Parts: sequence; C-alpha cells; structure tokens
Amino acid sequence: MKKLLAIILGCILTGGFLSLPTLADTGGLSSLRGTTDLDSVPNAEEMKRVPKDRIAIERDYLHQPPVIPHQVRGYNVNLKGHKCLSCHSWKNYKKAGATKISLTHFDTRDGQQLSDVSPSRYFCDQCHVTQADAKPLVKSDFKSVDALTH
Amino acid sequence: MAQANVNFVTRYRQMLSRPASVALWVVLAFGFVAGIVFWGGFNTGLEATNTEAFCISCHEMENNVYEEYRETIHFSNRSGVRATCPDCHVPKDWTHKIVRKVQASKELWGKMTGFIDTREKFQANRKEMAQREWQRMEENDSRECRNCHNYDYMDFSEQGRRAAGRHSTALEAGTETCIDCHKGIAHELPDMSDVKGWH
Ligand code: HEC
Ligand code: HEC
Ligand code: HEC
Ligand code: HEC
Ligand code: HEC
Repeated sequence: MKKLLAIILGCILTGGFLSLPTLADTGGLSSLRGTTDLDSVPNAEEMKRVPKDRIAIERDYLHQPPVIPHQVRGYNVNLKGHKCLSCHSWKNYKKAGATKISLTHFDTRDGQQLSDVSPSRYFCDQCHVTQADAKPLVKSDFKSVDALTH
Repeated sequence: MAQANVNFVTRYRQMLSRPASVALWVVLAFGFVAGIVFWGGFNTGLEATNTEAFCISCHEMENNVYEEYRETIHFSNRSGVRATCPDCHVPKDWTHKIVRKVQASKELWGKMTGFIDTREKFQANRKEMAQREWQRMEENDSRECRNCHNYDYMDFSEQGRRAAGRHSTALEAGTETCIDCHKGIAHELPDMSDVKGWH
C-alpha cells in the first residue's frame, strides 16, 4: 500500500515537473500578447501619443459619446473645479469655441431634468475618451448608418 | 602753479593731522566698507531666499504645492527647461522684488505661528492665497509668465488649434492675460465655484 502511494506521489511530482515548461507555452496560439511564452514578459509597445488638437472626429453611430479630439493632460475634474466645463458648459462654450454639452447631460438616470450638469455626467471620461494614433488591435468591419457617413 | 599744488597738499596734510578730522575719515571709510558689505550681504541673502531649495525648506510648501507642481509641465518636460518657484512668484527687477519679499514675510509669520501646519489647514487657506496670486498677476499682466513666454515669439503654426485660436484673439487684443485662461498650471486648484470663467 505504502509502496503504491509512494509510486503515485512520485509520478505526480515528476509529471508536474515535466509538464511545467509546457504550461508556460502558448501552444502556438497567437493572442493579443503575441506568441511570447506565458512566463516571460513581452516587450512593451511603444508609448502612444494623443494628438494635440484636431477638429471634431466623426461619430460612428447615433448616441455615440463623441471622442475627445484634443489632449487632456492636467485637466482636473474634482469637487473643487471642473476644467472641461470651463470650455464646454453652456456659459463658456462660445468664448472657448467648443461644443456645448447636450441637453441629455442635464438629465438624471430617471429622466428628471436638473438645472445643472447631472451628477451622473460629471466625470466626462467615463464616456468620452481621447484617441491615440494606434493600429486597431482587432479588425472590425462595422459600418456606420448612412445618416452619419459623409 | 607748482606753488599752488604744494599749498594744496600741505593744507590737506595739516587737516588730516588734526585728531577730529582723522576720526571723520575713519568713520567715512568704515561706513563705505560696511555699506559694501551690507549691500552685498543683503542681496546675497536675498538671493539665497530666492531659490527653490529655500521655498520648499518648510514642509508646508514641500508637502503641498511642491508635490503638486512635480507633476506639471513646468517641472518636467521634453526640453528639460524648468520654471522654479521664484520664476513665477518673485519679480525679476529689484523694486518689485523687494515689495514682494516684504509681503512674503507675512507668510513666514504664518509658518512661525503654525497657521497652516497641516494639509487640511493649507487647503482651507488655499483659496485666499490663490486669489492673491491671481490678483497680482492680473494687475501686472502676468509679468512673470512673460519673462519666459513672449507673445511676440509664439509660433501659432506650432501651437494647437485651441491655443492659437485664443492667443491670436483675446491675448493679442489684451482683453485677457495668461492667468485669466491658465489657472492651476502649477498646483491643484482651490474651490472654483465662484471664479470667473469657471463652472
Ligand atoms: C480650453 C478649452 C477646452 C477644454 C478645457 C476642454 N475642451 Fe473639449 N473641446 C474644446 C474645443 C474648442 C473643441 C471643439 C473642436 C472642434 O469642434 O473643432 C472640443 C471638443 C471636444 C469634444 C468633441 C465634441 C464633438 O462634437 O465631437 C469632446 C467630447 C470634448 N471636447 C470633451 C472634453 C472633455 C471630456 C474635457 C475635459 C477632460 C474637455 N473637452 C476639455 C475645448 C476644450
Ligand atoms: C454617461 C456617459 C456620458 C458622460 C459621463 C458625459 N457624456 Fe457627453 N455625451 C455622451 C453621449 C452618449 C453623447 C452623444 C449623445 C448626446 O448628445 O447625448 C454625448 C455628447 C457630448 C457632446 C456633444 C454634444 C453635441 O451637441 O453634439 C459634448 C461636447 C459632450 N458630450 C461633453 C461632455 C462633457 C464635457 C462631459 C463631462 C462634464 C460629458 N460629456 C459627460 C455621454 C456622456
Ligand atoms: C522659467 C520660465 C517659465 C516661466 C516663468 C513660466 N513658464 Fe510656462 N513654460 C515654460 C517651459 C520651459 C514650458 C515647457 C515647454 C515645452 O517643453 O513644451 C512651459 C510650458 C507652459 C505651458 C504649456 C502647457 C502644456 O501642457 O503644453 C503653459 C500653458 C504655460 N507654460 C503657461 C505659463 C504661465 C501661465 C506662466 C505664468 C504663471 C508661466 N508659464 C511661467 C517656462 C516658463
Ligand atoms: C484667452 C485665453 C488665453 C490667454 C489669455 C492665454 N492663453 Fe495660452 N492657451 C489657451 C488655450 C485655450 C490653450 C490650449 C488648451 C490648453 O493648453 O489647455 C493654450 C495653450 C497654451 C500653451 C501651449 C501651446 C501649445 O499648443 O502647445 C502655452 C505655452 C500657453 N498657452 C501660454 C500662454 C501664455 C504665456 C499666455 C500669456 C502671455 C497665454 N497662454 C495666454 C488660452 C489662452
Ligand atoms: C509656472 C508658474 C509657477 C511655478 C513654477 C510655481 N507656481 Fe506657485 N502658483 C502659480 C500660480 C499661477 C498660482 C495661483 C493659483 C493657481 O492658479 O494655481 C500659484 C499659487 C501658489 C500658492 C498659493 C496656494 C495655491 O495653491 O494656490 C503657493 C503657496 C505657491 N504657489 C507656492 C509655490 C511653490 C513653493 C513653488 C515651487 C515648488 C511654486 N509655487 C511654483 C504659479 C507657479
């Protein structure tokens, strides 16, 4: 009995050791991290830059939150102040030459209209993001509706 | 002519040999040297307080504004040119500098009396301090910014659309100055709810 146990244990242990290198192997499968073995760190991608400033970027579907066409480094949004709204609020948009936030930004999630930006819209970067000049990671053949193509 | 010169010299020698005038000369000479030493020392001392190291030697500054400033473009950027505390906060020319330094002694008083010895107290007083800086910069047309950033040499083709758009209009016309549009470039902002141009 004891002998049997020892043999089984021995098998498991050596088996475990033998299969270790293959565990780190990707099995020839190429994923987003390439074919680098799982136990090594692939080379980092080059840093992507956000272009400084460009004209508004076309939208792909109705109700898409438009992407941000400018850099936002150092634009703080907190209890004390809201840098984005110093250009995008209804009060300031004309002077800044910016798009004003749409009416939907004044609604609570229950559809109640408030007199100021709704708390659920306060943190713009939950929905609006900057763009980097990067190759898409996955191919997409999404086509926007006719009304949005130019 | 020669006779006149001799008279001149002897007259002075006699004058100097009188005890009272010797004292006078000693006093004058001493005053002159002391003046140089004092003036030099004063200005050297003034310069010593005009460094970043001095500014952040008290922890109120180091733990608050300095920490924040380290994350901004004036601390680190692609070209490695920095703006230090006195570059923005202390005028370059002597008269304005002295005036600002005297005002700054009030801040030292604040330090000695423990007026702002915690982050909370600092935050509570930040609005007032920031407003004082804004007002100063509005009144002097952002003079310290302009020591480094000269409107005349801005290349709009190198600037972003938004920057060029506002610089070529409001800044060019002089209706607004740097600090009107660039609040909070070096530190966290205080409560902005009632500040013009903010939400
Ligand atoms: C200094 C002023 C300024 C600030 C601050 C600013 N923006 Fe903008 N933003 C603009 C301008 C001007 C445009 C318009 C570009 C155009 O239409 O040509 C714009 C465009 C946008 C757009 C695209 C609008 C559209 O219709 O496609 C979004 C989204 C946006 N900004 C979000 C933000 C967010 C989020 C922040 C804060 C993190 C922010 N902006 C801060 C000036 C500003
Ligand atoms: C919950 C997601 C969400 C948040 C948060 C949000 N937005 Fe939007 N935003 C949208 C969507 C969706 C649209 C497009 C449809 C619409 O207009 O409602 C939009 C549209 C816009 C537009 C274009 C308006 C127009 O007339 O074309 C601007 C500008 C904008 N948002 C700015 C902001 C700013 C600034 C903030 C932060 C104060 C913000 N948004 C927060 C989702 C969001
Ligand atoms: C000691 C010189 C100096 C002083 C004083 C100075 N700056 Fe700067 N400023 C710089 C340098 C250097 C840069 C970074 C340039 C680069 O590498 O892009 C810079 C960058 C900037 C930027 C660009 C920010 C960005 O994100 O691209 C703004 C805005 C700015 N300064 C505004 C100001 C204002 C407002 C003041 C006055 C309160 C001021 N500066 C005082 C040297 C100075
Ligand atoms: C009327 C408003 C306004 C005034 C006045 C103004 N700026 Fe700007 N400035 C902007 C805007 C808007 C941007 C672009 C958005 C941003 O940087 O947040 C900008 C960007 C900049 C940049 C970065 C430029 C780039 O595209 O890389 C610098 C540097 C700068 N400003 C310096 C100054 C200095 C120095 C002064 C005073 C001599 C000044 N600005 C006055 C509105 C203004
Ligand atoms: C690029 C210019 C610039 C530099 C560099 C700079 N400051 Fe400031 N500082 C400002 C401006 C502008 C204000 C006014 C408030 C604001 O807009 O953030 C300010 C405000 C302050 C205040 C008042 C409190 C507050 O946060 O508003 C203190 C204290 C201060 N600075 C200390 C320092 C110290 C210490 C350093 C060096 C570590 C420094 N500053 C570097 C521009 C600068």
